[in-house]
Amino acid sequence: MDPGAPLRCVRDDVADGATARQIAMIAAFFERLNETQGLNFSVFYDAFDRSRFLTGLWTTSYICVVAILASLLLGLLGVWVAGSGSRLGRLLVRAYVQFFRNTPPLVQLSFFYFAVGGLLPTVSDGFGGQSPLVSGTGWAIIALSLFAGAFNVEIFRAGIEAVPSTTVEAAESLGYTRLQLYIHVVLPLAFRICLPALNNNLVNLVKTTTLAYAIGVPELLYAASQIWSESFNVREMMNVLLVTYVLLVAVLVFVMGRWERAMRIPGYST
Amino acid sequence: MASRHQLGEPVVVVAGVEKSFGSFKVLKDVGLIVRRGETVCIIGPSGSGKSTLLRCINGLVPISKGSITVAGREVNDPRLDKLSLRRDVGIVFQQYNLFPHKSALQNVMMAPIHVLKQDKAEVEERARRLLAKVGLSDKLASYPGELSGGQQQRVAIARSLAMNPKVMLFDEVTAALDPETKKEVLVTIQDLAAEGMTCILVTHEMGFAREVADHVYFTDGGLIVEHGPPAELFGAPREERTKAFLDKVL
Ligand SMILES: Nc1ncnc2c1ncn2[C@@H]1O[C@H](COP(=O)(O)OP(=O)(O)O)[C@@H](O)[C@H]1O
Ligand SMILES: [Mg+2]
Repeated sequence: MDPGAPLRCVRDDVADGATARQIAMIAAFFERLNETQGLNFSVFYDAFDRSRFLTGLWTTSYICVVAILASLLLGLLGVWVAGSGSRLGRLLVRAYVQFFRNTPPLVQLSFFYFAVGGLLPTVSDGFGGQSPLVSGTGWAIIALSLFAGAFNVEIFRAGIEAVPSTTVEAAESLGYTRLQLYIHVVLPLAFRICLPALNNNLVNLVKTTTLAYAIGVPELLYAASQIWSESFNVREMMNVLLVTYVLLVAVLVFVMGRWERAMRIPGYST
Repeated sequence: MASRHQLGEPVVVVAGVEKSFGSFKVLKDVGLIVRRGETVCIIGPSGSGKSTLLRCINGLVPISKGSITVAGREVNDPRLDKLSLRRDVGIVFQQYNLFPHKSALQNVMMAPIHVLKQDKAEVEERARRLLAKVGLSDKLASYPGELSGGQQQRVAIARSLAMNPKVMLFDEVTAALDPETKKEVLVTIQDLAAEGMTCILVTHEMGFAREVADHVYFTDGGLIVEHGPPAELFGAPREERTKAFLDKVL
C-alpha cells in the first residue's frame, strides 16, 4: 500500500529518447506561456510540481480501482446475505445500507479516520517511531468502499428483482442450487439490467475520492492544493484538476462501455 | 388399446393432494397415477389448478396435504434431495423460460454441466443430438431472442431432455404459439411419447390430447372431475361438467 512507488517509472530519466524530447518540448512551451502570458501551468515544466501531481493522480487512481472492486464485492455480498433467508442477515444488510446511504460521506470518512482510527493500536514504523495501523489512504479506501457498496447493494437488488421469476423457476426446475442459480443465471442477467445505475454510482465514487483531501490523503485535490499554495497558480491548477477528473471519469466510462458491449446479448433488450 | 396395467410401474403417484395459497384452496383432494411410458393429459378450464399441480410434482411448490411420489420417492419429504428429484422430472413451461443470455446450444448444455457436473464434451455431443432431434441443428448458436416461439419451445424441450428425466411435464407449451409453430412443437412431443418417454401434458389442444394420450384427466375447481381413456372421456363423458367443458372447447 505504498501509493508513491510506481512513480519511479514515469521519471524523466527512465523515459526513452523520443518521449524525453517530447516532454522537454511541452515543458518549454509551458515555461514560455508562463513568461509571456503569466499563465503558470507549473505541473508541465516544473519537475517537482509534476512529480507531486503524478503522485496525486496515482493515489486517486489507486483509491478508485480498489474502492470500485471492493464496493462491487460488498454489493454482491450484501444482496447475497439479504436474500439468504436469514432474518439477522437481512436486518444487518438493511442497517448497513441505511447508515451509509443516509449519512454524508465526508462524515463517514472522518468517523473512520478520527474515531475508529484513533482506537486502533499503532505499530512500530521501523525507524523508532510509531505509525497508525491503517493509513489515511487505507481509511479512505475503506470508507469509500462501504459508501459506494451500500448503493451497490440497492442497485444489485433492483437488478435481481428485475430478473423474471419464470427464468429463475426454470433454473430451479433443472436442479440448480441457490448459489449456482445466482452465478449462472441471476447475476449475469441482473448485471446487464443494472449496468446504467452501476455506471452512475461508480462515476460518483470517482468524484467522491476528493473527500480524502479532508483527512490529508495525498490524492489529486490535495496535491493540487499544495502546488497552488506554493506556486500561486490557483486558477491554472483548478483547470488542470477539472480536466484530469474529466479524463479519469472518461476512462471509467470507456471501460464500463466496453464491458456493457461485451455483455450485450443478441436479440435481447433489457 | 392396451390396458393400463400392462404398462410399466407407476412413476408419478399423486394421492389426496391439497394446496392452498393463503385461504384460497387451489387443489382439493387431487389424485392421479402415471405409469412408465404412459402419456397422460390433463385438461380443464383455466384457473382449475393444472399448473399448480405440475409445479407440485417437481417440488417447485410445496403441497399442503396428501402425498406425491416420483419414482417411489416422497416429493414433500423434507429430507428428500431436491436435486435428485428435479433431475428425474423435466418441466417445460408455456413461456419457454430459456436463459436469454445463452445460445440454444448453451441453454441445453448448462444444467448437465452445472448441476450434474458431467463432462463438457460428452454433454455437448448429447446437446447437439437433442437439438437435431427437435429440428434445430441450424440454430445452435442462436440466442433465444433470435428464435421464434416454436423454436424457443423446442430448445426448452431439448434442455429438459438433456437431464435424462424419468418423466416430462408440459404446461400448456403451445398456448403462446401460432397454429403453424404449434404443430412443430406438438410433433416433437408426439415423437417423444412414441419413444416411450413418460409424459404429463396440460393442454388445451383437445385433438392432440385425444390422439397421443393414454389417459385423460379432466379437472375443474381443484378437483379431478373425471378421468379415463381418451375415447371414453371425449366420446362419452359421464359427468355434466365434463360435457359442458367439452361442448365449449370442441
Ligand atoms: N403463487 C400463487 N399465489 C396465489 N395464488 C396462486 C398462485 N399460483 C396460482 N394461484 C392461483 O391458483 C389458481 C390456479 O392456478 P393455476 O394452477 O395456474 O391454474 P391453471 O393452470 O389450471 O390455469 C388460480 O386462481 C391462481 O390465481
Ligand atoms: Mg396454467
